[in-house]
Amino acid sequence: MKDRYDVIVVGAGPGGSMTAKTAANAGLDVLLIEKRQQIGDPVRCAEGVNKKYLKEYIQPDPAWISAEVKGSKIYAPDGAMVEMSEEIAGAEVGYVLERKVFDRALARDAALAGAEVMVKTRATGLLMEDGFVKGIKAEHMDEKYNIRADIVVGADGVESKVGRWAGIDTTLKPKDICTCAQYLMTDIEIDTDFCEFYVGQKIAPLGYVWVFPKGNNMANVGIGITGHMSGEVRAKELLDDFVLKRYPGGKVIEFIVGGVPICGTIERTVANGLMLVGDAARQSDPVTGGGIFNSMWAGDIAGKVAANAIKHSDVSAEFLQEYETKWRVGLGRDLDMSLVVKERFTRLTDDELNTLGHSLEGIDLGNTTLIGLLWALFKANKKLLWDLRGIFKGIKDLEMESSVEVNS
Amino acid sequence: MTVKVNRFKCGYCGACVSVCPPGALELIETWIEVDETCTDCGICAKICPVGALEVPK
Repeated sequence: MKDRYDVIVVGAGPGGSMTAKTAANAGLDVLLIEKRQQIGDPVRCAEGVNKKYLKEYIQPDPAWISAEVKGSKIYAPDGAMVEMSEEIAGAEVGYVLERKVFDRALARDAALAGAEVMVKTRATGLLMEDGFVKGIKAEHMDEKYNIRADIVVGADGVESKVGRWAGIDTTLKPKDICTCAQYLMTDIEIDTDFCEFYVGQKIAPLGYVWVFPKGNNMANVGIGITGHMSGEVRAKELLDDFVLKRYPGGKVIEFIVGGVPICGTIERTVANGLMLVGDAARQSDPVTGGGIFNSMWAGDIAGKVAANAIKHSDVSAEFLQEYETKWRVGLGRDLDMSLVVKERFTRLTDDELNTLGHSLEGIDLGNTTLIGLLWALFKANKKLLWDLRGIFKGIKDLEMESSVEVNS
Repeated sequence: MTVKVNRFKCGYCGACVSVCPPGALELIETWIEVDETCTDCGICAKICPVGALEVPK
């Protein structure tokens, strides 16, 4: 470890490693720190990712692909099922990853690109001078260090402190976090071609249960509920209820927990000498909770903007605004649309969910886009259209595809 | 008073850290530390997926 770098990236998840790799590839002197001693472990994720987009950033490797799926099946409380192909099912369907291996592969890529990686190294504060972030205070093996850098990137996950230290309030309210528990189960009957989702206020208050195949007769069986519904009952208890009913003979071989930001876009993600990436920037999707690809995509932009900023010797918030603008244009609108959809769909009663489920049951949604799917929903359920009109206003510059034929 | 963390229940996911208004919590390796800025608001205890946090009465 040196005492100064061009860029320090805090957190070696997919967002941090992508940032480090991109910045190092651009010729910058990069330090990537990870507070855990093992990158990627324990996992806090259902591990689904859209394979089409992922390929843009890493060559698919069987070592970190547990399973491939064709689409999603969504189950209403009474069992009505809606099937969606990979294209419309959202960014969380395609590969089911082995995150422990995947995250390490991304960190290795960053290292091979020239970044220095330090594990078991935790940021404990920022070095600030004249309103600029100038590096980090860090701890490694019970020793304290001050490490200087022109730019610090906070990719420190849901529990991010880097933003807060720089004056960006990233605190999540209970309604802004999805609190999750997951078992890796084996010896259960699963549909290996599909990711399954179970919705309903009883089964998962303001959330859902997921079953993602992991290959070899295994699956990630997990639940996420919105934070303000937690307390009297908790994610783990609800997961136990589901597992007892659905997979009574199933065996649990791993247990993980996690929190996912579902707040939509926050006010800002840059400051003088600082950028936030991934869950730290609250870039995860409010409906699906998915964030692997979002983080990697944003990290790539952050790495490029860092290189540009250092080339121009200007790391001010104004210059780094390029990152903020780019990620908001490419992703911010999706997140905000998702937030509107979430706010509406999470208010549906189990009866309403059943009605929705039955209105789409048996309809071939094979080539429908997400907008087409929503449109099909609206045609069957006019009341929803009014509640979600904001989305359509928000995307009026997109082709509406409202003429999509839904074949019954 | 500060919130009590049951390390035998905690899954060290860091969810509690993200909701703490004063930033009193920190996830270090496999445990949660609480500093003196804790206000006993109980938000962390509410959202914990396993119920590992408790505000002393």
